[in-house]
Amino acid sequence: MALLEVRDLTVNFVRRGERPFTAVDGVSFDVEPGQTVGLVGESGCGKSVTSLAIMRLLAKRGNKVSGSVRFEGTDLLRLSDKDMRDRRGRDLGMVFQDPLSSLNPVIPIGLQITEVLERHRGMSRKAASIEAVDLLDKVGIPDPSRRLTEYPHQLSGGMRQRALIAIALACRPRLLIADEPTTALDVTIQAQILALLRELVQDTGTALIMITHDLGVVAGLCDEVNVLYGGKIVERAQRHQLFAEPRHPYTHGLLASIPRLDAGRGEKLIPIRGSVADNIPWDGGCAFAPRCPNALPVCREVSPRLVPDNGGLLRCHNPVRPAVAAGGGTR
Amino acid sequence: MSNPAAEVLLEVSDLKVHFPIKRGIVIDRTIGHVFAVDGVDLAIRRGETYGLVGESGCGKSTLGRAILRLSEPTAGKVVFDGTDVAALKGEELRKARRRMQMIFQDPLSSLDPRQSVESILLEGMRAHGLDKDEEATQRRLRQLLSAVGLPETSLRKYPHEFSGGQRQRIGIARALSVEPDLIVADEPVSALDVSVQAQVVNLLEDLQDRLGLTYLVIAHDLAVVRHISDRIGVMYLGALVEETDADTLYENPMHPYTRALLSAIPVPDPVVEDTREQILLAGDLPSPANPPTGCRFHTRCPWRQASLCDTDRPQLREIGRGHRVACHYAEDIRDGRIQPHEVEPELIELTGALNPDLGPPDVGTVSEIL
Amino acid sequence: MNTLLNKKKEPIDKLAAAAVGKSLGREALSRMLRSPVAITGGVITGLFVLLAIFAPLIAPKDPFARTLQGEVNLGRGIIPGAQPGFPLGVDDFGRDELSRLLVGAQNTLLVGVLATVIGVAIGIVIGGLAGAFGGWVDTVLMRLVDVMLSVPSLLLAISVAALFAKPSQWTVIIAVSMVGVPIFARLLRGSMLVQRNSDHVLAATSLGVKRGAIVFRHMLPNSLGPVIVQATLTLATAILEAAALSFLGLGDPDPNRAEWGIMLSKGAKQFLDVRPELAYYPAIAIIVVALGFTLLGESLREALDPKNRR
Repeated sequence: MALLEVRDLTVNFVRRGERPFTAVDGVSFDVEPGQTVGLVGESGCGKSVTSLAIMRLLAKRGNKVSGSVRFEGTDLLRLSDKDMRDRRGRDLGMVFQDPLSSLNPVIPIGLQITEVLERHRGMSRKAASIEAVDLLDKVGIPDPSRRLTEYPHQLSGGMRQRALIAIALACRPRLLIADEPTTALDVTIQAQILALLRELVQDTGTALIMITHDLGVVAGLCDEVNVLYGGKIVERAQRHQLFAEPRHPYTHGLLASIPRLDAGRGEKLIPIRGSVADNIPWDGGCAFAPRCPNALPVCREVSPRLVPDNGGLLRCHNPVRPAVAAGGGTR
Repeated sequence: MSNPAAEVLLEVSDLKVHFPIKRGIVIDRTIGHVFAVDGVDLAIRRGETYGLVGESGCGKSTLGRAILRLSEPTAGKVVFDGTDVAALKGEELRKARRRMQMIFQDPLSSLDPRQSVESILLEGMRAHGLDKDEEATQRRLRQLLSAVGLPETSLRKYPHEFSGGQRQRIGIARALSVEPDLIVADEPVSALDVSVQAQVVNLLEDLQDRLGLTYLVIAHDLAVVRHISDRIGVMYLGALVEETDADTLYENPMHPYTRALLSAIPVPDPVVEDTREQILLAGDLPSPANPPTGCRFHTRCPWRQASLCDTDRPQLREIGRGHRVACHYAEDIRDGRIQPHEVEPELIELTGALNPDLGPPDVGTVSEIL
Repeated sequence: MNTLLNKKKEPIDKLAAAAVGKSLGREALSRMLRSPVAITGGVITGLFVLLAIFAPLIAPKDPFARTLQGEVNLGRGIIPGAQPGFPLGVDDFGRDELSRLLVGAQNTLLVGVLATVIGVAIGIVIGGLAGAFGGWVDTVLMRLVDVMLSVPSLLLAISVAALFAKPSQWTVIIAVSMVGVPIFARLLRGSMLVQRNSDHVLAATSLGVKRGAIVFRHMLPNSLGPVIVQATLTLATAILEAAALSFLGLGDPDPNRAEWGIMLSKGAKQFLDVRPELAYYPAIAIIVVALGFTLLGESLREALDPKNRR
């Protein structure tokens, strides 16, 4: 049994006066203990909403969540609010994109960590403070005992993100979800944070779900990668497989359109036509069809199913042939 | 793309932009400065693309704006096609602006939400008297739209009805409307979806080929900059630390910061990611209001030496053809005589720290905060 | 090179499908038409305005005719109440209360609108100058505004009213308008400051657009939104403040005037034990109208909020 089993997760947003919008559409994936799984896609593909739905952090009203999210056998979606609160922090940790708004600006950092420790591990304030210093040290914050009494705005972006990671890992959760944790950070700081995550995940054996739009980040961190488009998974593959032989035209297109540091400069980038807004609903065909260079007439009529392909999964009527992939996309 | 024999179109000499930090209850007193740009020299030839990279706080955006006089330089010269733009005033300045235009990072806020696309495109033309002949003007508008790949029906629509990539195209069309020689692109693609970035990058390249434009591209994404630029300048804390052509920068970076920057950029290729050497910098970026003494980078430099680094500020000097580096020990590092070492991270206190790339700090009086 | 159209010249792009654009104003309007709050506010306000305009025509009786004066006996505490022909009774002079309320709507609306309009006009001049010029002009003007703001609104109105040797309806109007001036000034100046630092103003500067054109075409239109919203809300409070001033006797002393504030004042001061309705009716009218304007203003603010744009 996998650590986390997500089956048919669907999230519909319903707002008065507007059409219902399906942000996540039947997403299923597993996370094994200690594994790092990536959810990759651009804005609007549903990756963030997926993570919020797993953690039951979506607003109480205005949305409908269906499907199941089994964590060590228990369906998180069916838990009571109180039980879910117990789980959060203790079994599941989350790191968000913007550390400034994720940390409480009027409470010192130390208190935000000890709060978690006291609640979930039943520690006394004194014991929790000692543990907090140790945690801050583990995430690479210099002079940790002094930091305990400082406020979030006194730390830089990179340090705040480290503090957030410390809070998330305080209770040694078995699963950590990181939602675009480095998008708002500078490149050299991002490298530090990613290295830290890699190290911590290895040391503690925590499973990690990494949500990002940056394929470079995924290449360096994830074991298995799910590519999302329009709320559905369109391709899943192991790390090396995905980059060496991307089968879905969207994945292939993304890789071909990103300028690479190690590529020859003369080659033109091959963009994907149109924009994310140019799509057709999944029930009328393939959402990517209007932008797809491989589109066939069937793509605008029949919705492709997610089927096993070459060790992974693929949702496409007309995938990229390996010969084409080797020639055009990768270098 | 780049012709070494072409004339120099833009020459920046010892440009400084310092923002005063003011505090006070009734009257504001200046208690310090943010040294956003602290002595930059560079030259851009006609027809070439110069890329300026660096992280937040390095001053690259401020430099771009100071060149266009959208931010006032504190000192230094900006000579554009023979004229020192930094010294111009009033109507002369207004007229000179026509030849240097800017493309902004945020496509939404850089377009006036209350004006139609047609009005936005006409504005610049009207300001310089280019709209006298109505038929020619209409033709020009259509030309501009088609050059950036937008349908003619866009003219009567409003910015909020377009997607991010389309808005950026409108911004580009606007910049082109006054027939400039130089375009400064400030993070032209970083606010766009990944799948759309390539469209805009290709567009910029096509336009340069067709119209003979000169670009100054400012970005933090070194991969994008490397793809589009002929030469690249790397900035750190208000100064250029290295400058050379794009290929050499990648193959033979000499400044420690450049090396760290290159190794930090994620590459979408697991084989590369697993095998390459990582140079991790320790600690935070120092505050531009309180830069380190001597070499600005010495607090985080893995190759820092005991002498010179913390006392003397290195000048940008030429090592190899067209390759300038600001490091006391550049040759020693290149030849392997000095090895990198561990660096103790220095934490920066953030009270009063400011990011110069966000423009002049508006620390107002008490009542203004209400 | 044109990456948006495929070979069949069929735009895959939904943008090209629509022919004419929808400006922000039109979008806000359509959003308001769908909001129940806006509709309620609009209906109340609209009704009020219509009543005010057509009051002399629809009032059943002459508001000045002291028809039932004979039946009024203040000494013994008798004022006739509701009866056929006089659905809301009469006031202390025997005049039809309903007619007076209707005609009162006219005067009240006038007071509210004038006070607000004058306040807005002066306010945006001050705020506009401060925002457009910045520097010491801004500092001096804003300190002035600070002084005005430091006085509680009613106190400010009373102080201004006290300057008038002979109180009249204009006393109330001017006094109430002064309360609004600093609010609008600061609002506009704040908006203009935001606009001044925005990218599209920078873009216009870099294009070489002249300073004046930038202020009037870029900065002002984008700054007026909050001012308009505030004006609708201020209309409501202006009516209340005018009523308060009349209540305190600082307004038009003419007891014959049909104006809700004066009617409320008299009713509450003199007839509360005899015929309290003479105070209730104008009070309810004021509250309902103020509510209408407030609802309208709030929904306007929501409709204009850029965050609601998809």
